[in-house]
Amino acid sequence: MSDLPSSANVVVIGAGIVGNSVVHHLAELGWRDIVQIDKGPLPNPGGSTGHASNFIFPVDHNKEMAHLTFDSQSQYEEMGVSTASGGIEVARTEARLEELRRRMTSARTWGIEAHLLSPAEVKDMVPFIDETILEGGWYTPSVSVVDSLQAGTLMRESAMSKDALTVSPNTEVLDIETERGRVKAVVTDRGRVEADYVVVACGVWSPRIAKMAGATIPLTPAVHQMIDVGPLEILQATGNEIGYPIVRDMDTFMYERQTAGSMEVGSYAHRPIFHHPDTIPSIEEARLSPTELPLTEEDFDPQLEQAIELMPFLADAEIRYGINGLLSLTPDAMPLVGETEVRGLWSCAAIWIKEGPGTGRAIAEWMTQGYPEVDPHASDVARFYDYQRTEAHILARCAEHFNKTYGIVHPREQWDSERNLRLSPFHPHTSALDAVYFEAGGWERPQWYESNAQLLEKYADRITRRPHEWDARWWSPIQNAEHLAMREGVAMIDVTAFAIFDVSGPGVVDYVEKVTVNKCDVPVGRAVYTPLLTEEGGFKADLTLMRLGDERYRIISGGFDGPRDKHWFLKWLPQDGSVHFEDQTSEICTVGVWGPKARDLMARVTDDDISDDALPYGHTKPVNIGSIPARLLRISYVGEFGWEVYTTMQHGHALWARLWEAGQDLDVVPVGAGVYGTTGRLEKGYRLMGAELEAEYSPVEAGLDRPRVKTADFIGKEAYLKARDEEPAAILCTLTMEDHASASGEPRFPTGGNEPILTSSGERIVDSKGRVSRVTSAGSGPSVGKFLLMAYLPPDHAIEGTDLQVLYMNELFPVKVAVAGSTPLFDPDNDRMK
Amino acid sequence: MILTLITHDLGVLEETTLQALTFARGLADDLGLELHAAVIGFEIENLADYGVSVTHLIGHDQLDDYSPSAWGVSLAQLVETLRPTAVVAIGSDRGNEVMAHVGAISGLPMVANVREIEASDESWSVLRTRWGGSLLEEASLRASIKLLTVAEHNTQASPGDQPSTMTTETFKPELDDNSLLTKIVDRVTVAEGVTLATAPVIVSGGRGVGSAEGFASLEELAGLLGGVVGCSRVVTNNGWRPHSDQVGQTGTVVAPDIYIACGISGAIQHWVGMMAAKTIIAINTDAEAPMVTKADYAVVGDLHEILPAVIDEIKRRQDG
Amino acid sequence: MRVLVCIKRVPAPGAKIVLTEDARSIDTSLLSFAISPHEECAVEEAVQIAEATDGEVTVLTLGPPEAEEQLRAALAVGAGAAVLIPTDGSDWDPISTASAISSTIGELEVDEPFDLILFGNESADSGGYQVGIRVAHALGRPIVSGIKAIGVEEGLLTLRRETPTGSELYRLPTPAVTAVKEGINLPRYPTLKGRLNAKKVEISRMTANREGSGQEMVRLVTPELEVSETEILGSGADAAPAVADLLERLQRAG
Repeated sequence: MSDLPSSANVVVIGAGIVGNSVVHHLAELGWRDIVQIDKGPLPNPGGSTGHASNFIFPVDHNKEMAHLTFDSQSQYEEMGVSTASGGIEVARTEARLEELRRRMTSARTWGIEAHLLSPAEVKDMVPFIDETILEGGWYTPSVSVVDSLQAGTLMRESAMSKDALTVSPNTEVLDIETERGRVKAVVTDRGRVEADYVVVACGVWSPRIAKMAGATIPLTPAVHQMIDVGPLEILQATGNEIGYPIVRDMDTFMYERQTAGSMEVGSYAHRPIFHHPDTIPSIEEARLSPTELPLTEEDFDPQLEQAIELMPFLADAEIRYGINGLLSLTPDAMPLVGETEVRGLWSCAAIWIKEGPGTGRAIAEWMTQGYPEVDPHASDVARFYDYQRTEAHILARCAEHFNKTYGIVHPREQWDSERNLRLSPFHPHTSALDAVYFEAGGWERPQWYESNAQLLEKYADRITRRPHEWDARWWSPIQNAEHLAMREGVAMIDVTAFAIFDVSGPGVVDYVEKVTVNKCDVPVGRAVYTPLLTEEGGFKADLTLMRLGDERYRIISGGFDGPRDKHWFLKWLPQDGSVHFEDQTSEICTVGVWGPKARDLMARVTDDDISDDALPYGHTKPVNIGSIPARLLRISYVGEFGWEVYTTMQHGHALWARLWEAGQDLDVVPVGAGVYGTTGRLEKGYRLMGAELEAEYSPVEAGLDRPRVKTADFIGKEAYLKARDEEPAAILCTLTMEDHASASGEPRFPTGGNEPILTSSGERIVDSKGRVSRVTSAGSGPSVGKFLLMAYLPPDHAIEGTDLQVLYMNELFPVKVAVAGSTPLFDPDNDRMK
Repeated sequence: MILTLITHDLGVLEETTLQALTFARGLADDLGLELHAAVIGFEIENLADYGVSVTHLIGHDQLDDYSPSAWGVSLAQLVETLRPTAVVAIGSDRGNEVMAHVGAISGLPMVANVREIEASDESWSVLRTRWGGSLLEEASLRASIKLLTVAEHNTQASPGDQPSTMTTETFKPELDDNSLLTKIVDRVTVAEGVTLATAPVIVSGGRGVGSAEGFASLEELAGLLGGVVGCSRVVTNNGWRPHSDQVGQTGTVVAPDIYIACGISGAIQHWVGMMAAKTIIAINTDAEAPMVTKADYAVVGDLHEILPAVIDEIKRRQDG
Repeated sequence: MRVLVCIKRVPAPGAKIVLTEDARSIDTSLLSFAISPHEECAVEEAVQIAEATDGEVTVLTLGPPEAEEQLRAALAVGAGAAVLIPTDGSDWDPISTASAISSTIGELEVDEPFDLILFGNESADSGGYQVGIRVAHALGRPIVSGIKAIGVEEGLLTLRRETPTGSELYRLPTPAVTAVKEGINLPRYPTLKGRLNAKKVEISRMTANREGSGQEMVRLVTPELEVSETEILGSGADAAPAVADLLERLQRAG
């Protein structure tokens, strides 16, 4: 029974795989006076780690997850708590077989050995399987089984051996004290510990613990059912913990994993069953453990039948043990890592065994040096808007994606639930035009307009159809028609999803200069597009600032990154109150008016001077559109002349109506985000945060460095200067697909989900920093008549005209480097925008 | 009058039957009633020491050995004749069984394993055990004759302040063939000396012992201390020990002088089976296990290291 | 042999039992339910007897509609038929329970009586120790409780009951009733196939009235267990002398 010290550098709450990884990596990075507490006993405090199935399939379509998993796997291996069992995902359907080909492709991207198997080959490896119901399988030899409890013990011991850690099990957190938005102390039933940093690594209890400090960690405890059946002679005969590969029966959302003489059968097929962090039983109340709740058998019964179908010998096996195991689910199925809205209070939750140690390392790096090696963009706990932190939203989204755990999820797939929660004032207009909406930061944003279907005929010879259902899913050729119509007439594009922040005050210039790369101390009325960097010089954000006054800026960023950017701006806000921050996202709506006829249209609705002299490119000014006060920003993400038109939400409806009416004889066309976000920007070589732009690449590599560097100091400057002096390890390129024909003759169109770019002889391309070349974005370029891909390539490949290949659905297609760098493929000199 | 059934085997009192008699005396005193005893088939000495004023000796040539139905029928007939306020027996296997037969024959409710009674004219409020003692139930009992058994190890058996003047009355029941069907036809004595129920020392093992073989050191320590080995339900479920060794709600309820719990976490179903032990010593790796926090003494650590060391130490002292 | 087993659905609590606010029942919101342990063994015993005698097993329960779960659990390990006497879930006293069960058995036995009716010695939750005995009396059949072994031979049952020093044997003609105790066997686990087959069996529903008696549950109380302050004698093998000292002292005192 250890006595708690009265103060510590950091308190880590939780001693599951995550908390243990965090204390280990903090100690590795030099942290001392770490206190780790858990309500339960050691080595198994009763959380989700204690009942995990502990297997790791390393291939993931998602880069961040693939990297964290790979790192975790290596760490388990180093600790000697890992056994490579191999794993097979089996396909019962042709659609699944296609998904396995896609996984084969992702395996190639990350350089993980994998093989497609025929049913007979599956049978060879797993003799007790009924291969007659299978279409095929996919084998990864490096799939491993780990001892996560032992790993946890070793990691705690490693931190203790450095004299860095005090561990206090059986200690309940009663309160987390804060002071002026900063964490101050953790109060437990064994005393109070003051600390500047607190890490919540409490798995399913995390929301409850974070709430004590007034922070939110949006997850829900959810049930994953698991039974243990046996004993089975065939398995006993292996004489070890695991002798046969783990089988994932993907089409039934189940897995079968040997544990010594018995088989563990787990399922993600049952109805979503959620619990509340406040009602999870205590250790004393629970029969097994707090996170091992009684199996609700009727939910599992259909799985029994499916398990017997695949492995007939299970029919006579005895059901020895069954649980409704609790694990953490989040609204978008990604972890919750990073600093919460309370300074110094970090979340490290909703992390599974497979990514535990890697995430522990990442958060330790993040807390220590500013940003981790693996970009945590998709896991950042700061990524949620307020409505996304509500219980109703969490439960609805988790209910929707739970059964997709082993599902076939399309990269462009849209959510069914929790829609129509953020509507721009243009929505009545756009829905009358039969807009098909995609979600952007919760906003309903038109992706294309069915009312534009008539344009298909007009541009029939310039629009490529996609015959394969997968390639055409969540896509419409109308997008390409809209694109072409925009380039001839004038487009109206609803871009209300922008995140908009106003910063003002006497310290604002210094503040803005500190967070941005490009010089923002510009005359009032100027706009600046600029990256924001991490301290290591990678991308944190890219956005546009308008100088509205001597002491006022408006920041415009993408809707997907709004909350993350807001967190970043608030993090760097001066403590002295010299800068005021105001979130205007829900106050201001925006419509883009772009195209060769944009000026004609605008001239009809405003009397203000919008000539090139009065409002040159990259400038902004307030105008009146009739009686509607609005603001124009002369900028374009689609490569056409025109403006972003801002007004307050209240006037939005009328604004759209006026513009629309004025454009009727100017070929005005409503255009969706399919053009704005993909075809228009790809032709122009514009980069997208979260796709091309990420913390692992620098502005130099992305081709976004400017000739001169401003004198003001800014975050990441040192790294930026260094990157400018070095030859870039990779250069962002635009590639054209040279032939779409697949082996079957059917043309294919990559979706842009990390497909590997290979040399003409089929080699993976890895740059000197170990980063693999892969597709970051893909889409049509209707005006250039090519299908376009973006990818970072090492300098020796980043040469225009170089022939390379892309692997898509495990088939090779020829591609050619069209642009190395940021020069647009369409209208290279930007004449149309001037 | 309060009538108490004296349970015995071939004239040898059941260990706990005097607890029931003591409880009944308290009840009789509270209500200002006489305390009677019913003894079936055999004569029992010294009941006057416990305040019994009348012993009803139920005699019949077929009552030479235990038969649940015959005992039940006999007692029911005596009860019908005497119409006492309450009939009390100990909550042992036999006590509960016979009283249930009386209840079935008479159609009266029978309340098992009572711990406390608040008696009033109309209805009695009784506190009885549920879940083997993990939980208590407050029940109301309305019946012309109250049938109840008293929870074992809940009352300390003690003689009255002074012996009463006792008379003995005989009662001859009418027994039909049916009631004799359940008579004991044979008995086997396997345990010589101490048994789980009577041992002064129990060395008991739980999940932490890990295997059937792991019980060797528990056996050895029990031998050195003149005790027996017990175990928790997990152990019998795993097949490491026979069920007869199981202590707890669905096993044997014990009350030894010393209970050494080795690797037993202390789930309530186990605890209620041994909490009557005078001294509890827990050996467990988890200092927070319920058994450790509830025990009188505890050693934290691996029982497979601690037990051999204790055995060596005891042997060294015995040799020395 | 035709065997009937009477079972009860009971919650499976952890180390700490939590009561509902009105203290009239256990808070089972996070608990699973099981067949009461003695009765789980009764089901196993019935199945073993049926297997040995080419017989059949019917399982019966009185309880809430959800008790179907426990009937299916019994079906999954070898019972062939199941009967549910549905209640509203409230606690029935032993007299009402026994009366409902015996009248239901009467209806089930219209064609042919059960050779053996098995009960658990006492239910895990209410522990009344009497329903089987009351049913046996109502049916006019002999019963012995606390049985740890059953032998079947030519319509004669040999029953063994454990005593502190050994065991007692009883011999009953059939039809008879027996209440068994845990330890009579080690119940089997259901197989996947068994579990799936159990789902296909139709469960008969019979109605019975609650008779009522003079015994009524008022409320449940969590006992305050007497807990002494724990004296830690030490940790690991180093504690051996302290343990030996303590044992010497206690044994001298005892």
